[in-house]
Amino acid sequence: MALESLDIRRRSASQTSPPDVRKHTEVAKLIDISRCIGCKACQVACMEWNDVRDDVGVLDGTYNNPIDLTDRSWTVMRFYEEEIADKGLQWLIVKDGCLHCADPGCLKACPAPGAIVQYSNGIVDFKQDNCIGCGYCQTGCPFNIPRYGVTDGKAYKCTLCSDRVAVGLEPACIKTCPTQALSFGTKEDMIDIANARLVDLKERGFDKAAVYDPSGVGGTHVVYVMPHGDPALYRMPREASISPLVGLWRSGFARTLGVLTMVSVVVAGFFHWMKVGPVDPDARPPREEE
Amino acid sequence: MSNETQRTITPAPPAAVPPPARGPRHEFATTRPPDAVQRYSTGERLTHWAVALAYVVLFLSGLAMFHPFFYWVAALFGTPTFMRILHPFIGVAFSVLFFAYAARLWRENLLDPADRRWLRNMFAYINGRDEARVEGKYNAGQKAMYWSMIVMVLGLLVTGLLVWRPYIAPAIPLLGRRVAVVIHVIFAFIMFVGIGIHIYAAVWTRGSMRAMTQGWVSRRWARYHHPGWYEKITRKEPVR
Repeated sequence: MALESLDIRRRSASQTSPPDVRKHTEVAKLIDISRCIGCKACQVACMEWNDVRDDVGVLDGTYNNPIDLTDRSWTVMRFYEEEIADKGLQWLIVKDGCLHCADPGCLKACPAPGAIVQYSNGIVDFKQDNCIGCGYCQTGCPFNIPRYGVTDGKAYKCTLCSDRVAVGLEPACIKTCPTQALSFGTKEDMIDIANARLVDLKERGFDKAAVYDPSGVGGTHVVYVMPHGDPALYRMPREASISPLVGLWRSGFARTLGVLTMVSVVVAGFFHWMKVGPVDPDARPPREEE
Repeated sequence: MSNETQRTITPAPPAAVPPPARGPRHEFATTRPPDAVQRYSTGERLTHWAVALAYVVLFLSGLAMFHPFFYWVAALFGTPTFMRILHPFIGVAFSVLFFAYAARLWRENLLDPADRRWLRNMFAYINGRDEARVEGKYNAGQKAMYWSMIVMVLGLLVTGLLVWRPYIAPAIPLLGRRVAVVIHVIFAFIMFVGIGIHIYAAVWTRGSMRAMTQGWVSRRWARYHHPGWYEKITRKEPVR
C-alpha cells in the first residue's frame, strides 16, 4: 500500500491504521445542477476513461439512459420534472453517482480487508480484487450507489478517477463537461465556488438555493449546488447518514461484545470443569437401592 | 503391471475355515456392554453429526465475515470469495437437516410439570448436587435448548435468505437487508452460546458423548439421568 500513488487513510475491515504520515489536500467534485444541460458527456467520458461499456438498455419513456447506475455505468444523469411553487414546471437534472463520503457507510459495512479504501485526499475507492461480493456495501451506503457485476459478482462505483487524480489530472467527467457544471479542486475551493454561485442564484430569484454537503456522513467529496434547495426534489436524502442499524452491526461495541461472548462461554466451561468435574453415574459407588 | 505374468503362482490355500454360523443375536465388536440401552438411533446420530459439521463450517465462515480479527479463517476455505459463496448454501443444507431432525423430536420435548422442578434444581445440579428426577427422554435444560435452537435456526435461515446475494438480496429493500444482517448476527451469537452449553454439557455428563457417537448408554447412566425414560423402555424388556 505504501507504494501506491495515493496514501490510504482508511481501509475496510482493518483494525490497525494504514500508513498515515502524509496528509493530502482533500479534493472534491462540485456538481452545479443549475448549469447542467443534461448532455451526458460526463457519462460518455466516464465510460471511455474507465473502459467500461454497458449493455444497450431499454427506453423507459424518459431521458434517463441508462435507467439506473450499473456495474458499468458509474454515473447517470437523472431527469425529474417537478412543479415548483412560483417557478412552474422545472426540469431537474441530477448527475448521480458516488458522493465519496468522509464517513463512508460502504467502508464501514465491508467485511473484506482492503476491498474498500479511503485515500488521504478523501476519495473512496473499491478494490475489486479484494471484494468477496457479499453485498454489504449496498447495505451500508446511504445513497444506494454500489452495483454488482453480473458475471464477476464484484462491487463497482465511481472512483472519482482516483488514477487520474493521483497524477494531477482532473476526473474524466470534469474534463469533458461543456457548461462548467462540473468543477474539481480542493474541497475548500469547491465550497467557495459553490457559495459564490449561491449568491448568483439568489440574485436571480432562486431564494432557496443551497449547497448539498451532508454533514451526517461527515461531508462529502462530491458537492452539489441545488438551485431549489430541498434535496428531496433531487431525490437525495435530506438527512443523509449511515443507518443506525449498520452502525450497530459494525460497531466496535458489537464486535467486542461478540468476541467476549465467545470467550466467556469457553472460560465458563473451563472453570466449571475445574470446580465440579464430570458427572459420571458409572464411576460413582452404587447407592443402596441399586 | 508387467510383472503380473512373471509371478509364481502359489498353490491355493487350504479351504478356508467355514465362518461360524450366525447366532440369532448380533454381538457388538465394540465395548458396548450386553445390557446397554439404545438411546440414539443410527439415523439420529448421522443426522446430528451432519448438522454439527455444517454448523462448524457456518460458524467459522460467519465469524470471518463478522470480525476482521478472524478473517484469516477464510484461508481454510481456499479464498474469501468462495467462503462467502459457500456460507449460504451450507446454511440452507444445515436448516433442512436441522428441521428434519427436529421434526422427529418435538413430541419428546414438550414441557411437563417435572421440568419446573428440574429447572428450580438446575443450579444445584450444575454445582455438583444430584439431578432432579427427569420424566422424559430429555431434561428441561435439553428441552429449553431444543426450542431455542428452533427459533434461532429459523431466524438465521430467514434473515440469511434475505441477504443472499446474488439470488435474493437484490429483490429486498435496503432497510429489510439492514434489519436482517443485525438480527442474523445477534441470533448467531445466541446460537453460539447455546451450542457452547450443548457441547460442554455433553462432555460434562460422561457417557453422553458416547451416546451420540455409538448410540448406547449404560443402564446406570439411563437410570441416573433419565429415570422416567429408563423405566418406560425397560418395561417392555422380558423379565430376567
